[in-house]
Amino acid sequence: MAFFARAPIAPLEYSRTLWMRLWVGAVMVFLYAPLVVLMIFSFNDSKRNVVWRGFTTKYYEKALGNDQLVEALINSLTIAALATLASLVLGTLAAVMLWRFRFPWKGAIDGTISLPIIVPEICLGVAFLMFFAAVGWPTDLVWPFNLGAITVAHITFCFPFVTMVVRSRLASFNREQEEAAKDLGASEAQVFRDVLIPHIKPALVAGALLAFTLSLDDFVITYFTSGPDTITFPVKVYSMVRFSVTPEVNAASTLLIILTVVLTFIALKAQGVKAIAETH
Amino acid sequence: MAEQDWKTSKRTFAAVSLPTLFWVIVFFLVPMAIVWLYSFGENRGLTEIEFSGTLDNYKRATEWLYLTIFGKSFAVAALVTLICLIIGFPVAMAITFASEKWRPWLLLGIMLPFWTNLLIRTYALMMLLGTQGFANKGMGALWEGTSWIKTLVGLQPLPTWEPVQLLFNNFAVVFGLVYVHLPFMVLPLYAALDRLDRSLIEASLDLGAGHFRTIMRIVVPLAAPGIIAGVMITLIPALGAYLTPDLMGGTDSQMIANVIERQFKKANDWPFGAALSFLLIYAMFILIAIQSMRKKVPEVR
Repeated sequence: MAFFARAPIAPLEYSRTLWMRLWVGAVMVFLYAPLVVLMIFSFNDSKRNVVWRGFTTKYYEKALGNDQLVEALINSLTIAALATLASLVLGTLAAVMLWRFRFPWKGAIDGTISLPIIVPEICLGVAFLMFFAAVGWPTDLVWPFNLGAITVAHITFCFPFVTMVVRSRLASFNREQEEAAKDLGASEAQVFRDVLIPHIKPALVAGALLAFTLSLDDFVITYFTSGPDTITFPVKVYSMVRFSVTPEVNAASTLLIILTVVLTFIALKAQGVKAIAETH
Repeated sequence: MAEQDWKTSKRTFAAVSLPTLFWVIVFFLVPMAIVWLYSFGENRGLTEIEFSGTLDNYKRATEWLYLTIFGKSFAVAALVTLICLIIGFPVAMAITFASEKWRPWLLLGIMLPFWTNLLIRTYALMMLLGTQGFANKGMGALWEGTSWIKTLVGLQPLPTWEPVQLLFNNFAVVFGLVYVHLPFMVLPLYAALDRLDRSLIEASLDLGAGHFRTIMRIVVPLAAPGIIAGVMITLIPALGAYLTPDLMGGTDSQMIANVIERQFKKANDWPFGAALSFLLIYAMFILIAIQSMRKKVPEVR
């Protein structure tokens, strides 16, 4: 991007005017500076996050040697993977139901499915706390079954997002393809597998990424559903931040940021920036 | 093609609808119903709760203390939304009118923080805003620079720099919420602006309106649905925000979500917490109802 435009700026090329560039640049600095500082200071050889005292990776060793932290990270990734899988299945089924069929109370059901997106996290967290207490959900199961309560809660708030993404993709599906497949002798299941699924694949990738990051990101709902033995990464980091700010938190956070960036780039490689951007 | 009636292929309909309906009813509607029931109950002893159908919890929620917290949460969320709109609108404009080559990257630049863990982003901001953090150091350096220039021109130097308390107050909560919610605002704004018919903007400019006037009279009215969507997407989570006021706020910057949390952890008053939760949900419904009422006004094409 040449800072001084070579060709004269056309009226609609707002993004080439100087003040627009400064504005966008300032916003990007605002969004990224805290994260970059956090990542740089994870290599700082000092107990406090203030002055640079030389390069070290010892806080990474410390973070990776912290059994509770590693366990929390493994829990988080397991929950996110399970919740993503279940959300993809449920979300796609719901999207197909709403897209394809006419049935009684459709509006109400449609609204109810998207309700978990709107209901504030804190209310959903409270609801799950009360629900699991009321049904006496067992809390002393072995890993990974002890993560069941958190996973169930995560599926509930993740799958409506998958439904939303898949549904908007289904709108561009040409029904004639389905009919052609049926005329050629395909069964309902074959049509679903060989015609519909390939068409909605970009939405499935985007939906999976969305569900995975939402689950990995969630603090509030997990905070209310996690027991003493089922700590997730955000809950663990929260208690660490709450009691003391250490470079160990920086190191652990940096690892998670890198994981997010890698996941994003995998999704981009699979679908291209545009396809992912359009689903939002 | 029209939608298919469910009766024409009952088996397929059952296959796609039953799992979804089962999940939504058992793991969403039932938990919400439990909260709703609890909100009419009262504490009897430590763990026992009697569902007496009392309205006392709602009555207590209308006490002055809780009303001010509700009011304050609304005010903070509205302010955050307004700031996000002011910061985000030019960014969305810039992305819309960027070249083909740059647009995806700018979008990615906005979306990547959106995908980064909220807690990590809050923590990063706390590091920066602390009394020993970079924000304070930067301002201190500027202050000393000004002081030095003043002595150069023969004026009295400024008094020595005192670090400003940027964390644990209302400013920090608003700042943190803006930081966290900015991508929520930019993405729907961009989606709306991208659909805009550019020839209308060109026509306005050709007919002699300035850029500012074109934006206010042409772009904003046409992008209104997207602006409202962006406002709702920012306002609703900001209203129910828990983490930012909890970590970055002071003792007087509690928002409604923090009060709800306290009823379930420290105060151990589940019925009252349930009532507050439902009041928050009702507030959301009112906001959404206002939005959908506006939608019904036929759009002028």
